[in-house]
Amino acid sequence: MDEKILEVSSLEASVKDEEKKILHGVDLSVGMGETHVIMGPNGAGKSTLGSVLLGDPRYVIDGGKITFDGSDITNESTDKIAKKGMFLSFQNPVEIPGITLANFIRTSIENRTGERIKLWDFKKKLKETMELLDMDPSYADRDLNVGFSGGEKKKAEILQLLMLKPKLAILDETDSGLDVDATRIVSKGISEYKKQVGGALIIITHVTRILEALDVDYTHVLVDGKIVGHGGRELVDEINENGFTAYEN
Amino acid sequence: MKEKTVVSDIDRNMYDFRFDDSDAYKVSEGLTPDIVLQISKEKNDPEWMRDFRLDSLKKFNEIPFPDNWGPSIEGLHMENIITYVRPNANRMEDSWDSVPEDIKDTFEKLGIPEAERKSLAGVGAQYDSELVYHNVKDEVAALGVVYTDLESAMKDPKYEKMIKDHFMKLVPNTDHKFAALHGAVWSGGSFVYVPKGVKLDIPLQSYFRLNAKGAGQFEHTLIIVDDDAYLHFIEGCSAPKYNVANLHAGCVELYVGKNSTLRYSTIENWSKNMYNLNTKRAKVEENGKIEWVSGSFGSHVSYLYPMSVLAGANSRSEFSGVTFAGGGQNLDTGCKVVHNAPNTSSVVNTRSISKDGGISTFRSAVVITKNAKGSKSSTSCQSLMVDDISRSDTIPAMDIRTGDADVGHEAKIGRISDDVVFYLMSRGMSEEDARALIVRGFADNVGKELPLEYAVEMNNLIGLEMKGAIG
Repeated sequence: MDEKILEVSSLEASVKDEEKKILHGVDLSVGMGETHVIMGPNGAGKSTLGSVLLGDPRYVIDGGKITFDGSDITNESTDKIAKKGMFLSFQNPVEIPGITLANFIRTSIENRTGERIKLWDFKKKLKETMELLDMDPSYADRDLNVGFSGGEKKKAEILQLLMLKPKLAILDETDSGLDVDATRIVSKGISEYKKQVGGALIIITHVTRILEALDVDYTHVLVDGKIVGHGGRELVDEINENGFTAYEN
Repeated sequence: MKEKTVVSDIDRNMYDFRFDDSDAYKVSEGLTPDIVLQISKEKNDPEWMRDFRLDSLKKFNEIPFPDNWGPSIEGLHMENIITYVRPNANRMEDSWDSVPEDIKDTFEKLGIPEAERKSLAGVGAQYDSELVYHNVKDEVAALGVVYTDLESAMKDPKYEKMIKDHFMKLVPNTDHKFAALHGAVWSGGSFVYVPKGVKLDIPLQSYFRLNAKGAGQFEHTLIIVDDDAYLHFIEGCSAPKYNVANLHAGCVELYVGKNSTLRYSTIENWSKNMYNLNTKRAKVEENGKIEWVSGSFGSHVSYLYPMSVLAGANSRSEFSGVTFAGGGQNLDTGCKVVHNAPNTSSVVNTRSISKDGGISTFRSAVVITKNAKGSKSSTSCQSLMVDDISRSDTIPAMDIRTGDADVGHEAKIGRISDDVVFYLMSRGMSEEDARALIVRGFADNVGKELPLEYAVEMNNLIGLEMKGAIG
């Protein structure tokens, strides 16, 4: 596969209004439909990378270039990047009173496509997808993430992934804090995304349970804001055994 | 920038249309015994009322302007305020068709006749100083419910004594300077009496419109709900914008009988040249309940603190309020509860939003006397500042005189979190829509207490206020 969905070259970024640089020249190339895993110790800049790709205004891009689906998005705003088909599953999804989960997803789909969707079709699809994720249907009419347990919040992220059908999904520590059952369900949701949408995935993680049921094409090791190692699936197992010591100064 | 909103849009200009008032009868600016006597004569007051007006004027001149209290009212010059403007209507009508065209047009634009047809048991409409329309559905009148203007009720032998016994007894003319002013020049408003055992399940609504430039509106609302009864009363207010100060110093007195509930909803959308110095008070008897629902969106300066006096055992007060202070607005709102009987309870729940340099201050005062053993009170107020130049303050006061009471207060002041904006934008929502959604969500908990059409209006106003909030 030659066609790339995402090309990141020499990306440097720092926290806005602070001198603190987090990313020190990241290169990453993701082909259509590929699954990439990014591993690294705490504080390496993994979550920052995910946020910066989505244009998080709390960071400043100091150098480098991000190309997504053929267009330069380095200085694009978050909503425009999202509309082009990039998705981020948050490590800590925020609680938002005043809009229900169902209405939020529907609004997001309509923002993304610019078209009205029929309420009936939407409800049917939402119900099916919630069933797949073993979510109580009453959550659809609850305010977004308000009072959801950690596991339900993560499921709600995967629900959005399946409903929004992005071309590229970045999953930031989606497996953290989940028990075995919830991990299995989330993992099933991710497989379903691959199957139904065939989009590309960047999975940011430090545990590997979630990867067991997934085909991983590439693994990258991020340390101190730089990618210091590449490999295939086998790298995941190697890091599991030996940790990151081999990559750290 | 491409414009996109989640809710349908309204034009704030809808409040700003106005009509020439050159033909209307007005008194001169300022306040003198002659002007007060002129108003009294104009209204054909009974003697006791004329004397009360003159006494109130005396009190007004004696009581100093509040200093050191809330926002400044220096821009208000009483000598420039026209205290009485009679609209160009001969008398109060009970059919919209008889109301003069331009005035009828005003209320049509505000959606009042339509709301009356759809969802109200009765409507009163005041234009400047006088009621121009008043009507109750026949089946409601048949229950013995009285809903009319105070002036005619006062002259009706059936109600004269009732009014004399209650009028400005809960808010005496010695209460503060603007209560005295109100006593001197009050005009218009409503009188409601709900007989014992009558539960009115659809609301009554009064709408107050101030059209005349530089004028004051001083309507008086007196509601008496007898024992074992229920009433929902809605009041709405608006005015077009002028570049001179207008004044609203209304007074609301509510009497809630034993085992009765009165829900009093207000949506206030005065224009931003208005000084809204309003006084509202309720007295609640045994097992009775007052529910205040208050949306304050307009005015330049507001002093508004509805007060509940819990006089009977087990009586209750609930206050839900939303305040939205935009640029040039300084809204000082809140509420006061006096627990003066055993096992009374009060709940206060408010949200205030400030934006574009607007200032919103929440004040609460809870008084629990030694008679109020076993009473409970909880206050929760939350403020949201939309930007760095706006301001929000919370000033809670408590005066507890019994050891046997349970009192809680919780205040939260916050800003729109960048985390939340980023999250919403990461799903394709524009920054403007994301911020409007956050503000709406913040107000939602209290806003949903408002009557439906007003809750929709509040959401529209928030959408409108938030539009263009992003640089």
